[in-house]
Amino acid sequence: MGQPLSGPATAVDEPPAPPPPPQPAKVRRDRFLLWAMLPGLGLLLTFHYLPLLGNVIAFKDFQPYLGLGGSPWVGLENFRVIVEGDPLFLTALGNTLVIMLLQIGIVFTLPIALALLLDSMISERLKRVVQTILYLPHFLSWVIVISIFNELLGGSGPINTFLRQHDLGTIDIIGNAAVFKELITGQVLWKEAGWAMILFLAALSRIDPELYEASAVDGAGRLRQIWHVTLPGLRSVIVLLLILRLGDALTVGFEQIILQQQAVGIAASEVLDTYVYNNGIVQSDWGVSAAVGLVKGIVGVALVLGANRLAHAFGEAGLYRREAR
Amino acid sequence: MSAKAAPAPPIRALKGVVLTVCCALIVVPFVGIISTSLSTREQIVRSGGFVIIPDEITFAAYRALFTGGVVPRAVAVSMFITIVGTALSLASTTLLAYGLSRPHTRAHRPVLMLVVAALLFTPGIIPAYLTIDLLGLINSYWAVILPAVVSAFNVVILRAFFMEIPAELLESARIDGASDGQIFARIVLPLSKAVLSVIGLFYAVGYWNAFFSALLYLNDSAKWPIQLVLRTYVVNQQQLGVDQVGTGSLPPQEALQMAILVISIVPILLIYPFIQRHFTKGVLVGAVKG
Repeated sequence: MGQPLSGPATAVDEPPAPPPPPQPAKVRRDRFLLWAMLPGLGLLLTFHYLPLLGNVIAFKDFQPYLGLGGSPWVGLENFRVIVEGDPLFLTALGNTLVIMLLQIGIVFTLPIALALLLDSMISERLKRVVQTILYLPHFLSWVIVISIFNELLGGSGPINTFLRQHDLGTIDIIGNAAVFKELITGQVLWKEAGWAMILFLAALSRIDPELYEASAVDGAGRLRQIWHVTLPGLRSVIVLLLILRLGDALTVGFEQIILQQQAVGIAASEVLDTYVYNNGIVQSDWGVSAAVGLVKGIVGVALVLGANRLAHAFGEAGLYRREAR
Repeated sequence: MSAKAAPAPPIRALKGVVLTVCCALIVVPFVGIISTSLSTREQIVRSGGFVIIPDEITFAAYRALFTGGVVPRAVAVSMFITIVGTALSLASTTLLAYGLSRPHTRAHRPVLMLVVAALLFTPGIIPAYLTIDLLGLINSYWAVILPAVVSAFNVVILRAFFMEIPAELLESARIDGASDGQIFARIVLPLSKAVLSVIGLFYAVGYWNAFFSALLYLNDSAKWPIQLVLRTYVVNQQQLGVDQVGTGSLPPQEALQMAILVISIVPILLIYPFIQRHFTKGVLVGAVKG
């Protein structure tokens, strides 16, 4: 982002085409650029902003045969599950929060350690090979990742077969509700740790080597170098990624969980997104689901903006710089 | 960085072990999946369903899958979605980003706001579904493609890249009489080959991996892409019968499952080296920090 981005816009509906001639010469001059922006803008308005407007369904008692316009308004009726704490909603919220903490605690921090470890290797070629292997799973779909986990750790997989053959008992991981949250954390680590690691590695490579030299001259050992040179060098990237992560803190592995929900049941696996899907698309309780989705979205935006403000308070640039105007 | 203190030998050994284990956790499953898909029934039974190194190689599973039935159709669907989607994505993302990268374009400011705000406000599942329904796209491949065509994130990255192209370069072309279209096609696009390939590859991976949108919008199982087939026959362990594959004797289920898995992974493995090659730190760092 070469130019500081301004604060988030709240406008929802901007005319895609240039308005009639306040500055006809400028419009003529920019004709190509304006036409160029049109297809992308049209798609964005249709598939991003139109659904955002569709959130009005959260305030209606949606009847498919009446359509969105014809369905009666019900005010905040649909939000009652949230306010009054419907048990299923509370289950979803609880699971979401636990998984979120696991993901920020483990999935966010481990790649930093991995990056530090890899960065301290001397051989550039070895570094590249390890990187290449570690971030490959990022490009695999969740269906593939879960297939792999099921095949390996399942009841008839190689690990359990080996254990059974040697009378060591079996490990019950796949389809076991008790360890489901640990399992999905492990899956996220397997898939994303390498990818997150290279973001940190890129930041590490930009730390001025002179800082290491200076600290070595001052007698700093390896650990003190990490503490006084490396980690401060990573600080702004860590802050930035943490803000981004907070934005979808409540989005915890939707596809990943949908794919495995059958096997472990609702109690262990329902999160807010799957609640919206199961309750809305599957059970046709449209309004309530949309209400939950809307609140979740608003909380996400609030978290990003709040975290960003906090970052500014600590002198970090955050997502966007404040415009000095 | 010689000034970094060299670690003591035991620490170095420990690091080696940790990294080796991490790599093995990723490499071994891959090897096992490929090997099992190529194994005979006897071998699979002997190794408990998962073969690391097969004694004897057979392509029976692939032959069975590719003689007909669900897999060739699903691969064709996925390829259609990927190719058409990536082409549309690249075209509209590039054009939109270029329009936004010229600072004095009319309407530049509000459009940029819309793009940036799109990063922050994502539509929920229910309104997204209703929109697709409203547009009459349920059960159409376009329902999987169109909502994914413009990624606001990619527009922002690409715009940042275009803005780094020196204005003097474009200005001098204009003085030489080049139109905006010519400048874009002859100067800007050739200069952006690397970043465009990375973004194109990311889009392609996204379309190939599309799962939930297909589950949500494609009710007709004849229209399923490879990811949904994978879910049905591998994650949910539905048995593949003679109706789902070409006729003939049925290879073992394990080999068939692993072969579907391999088929869904191979395209990713094929483009991975290209992602790697163009994936210069520049593109990445530009994405993380402007």
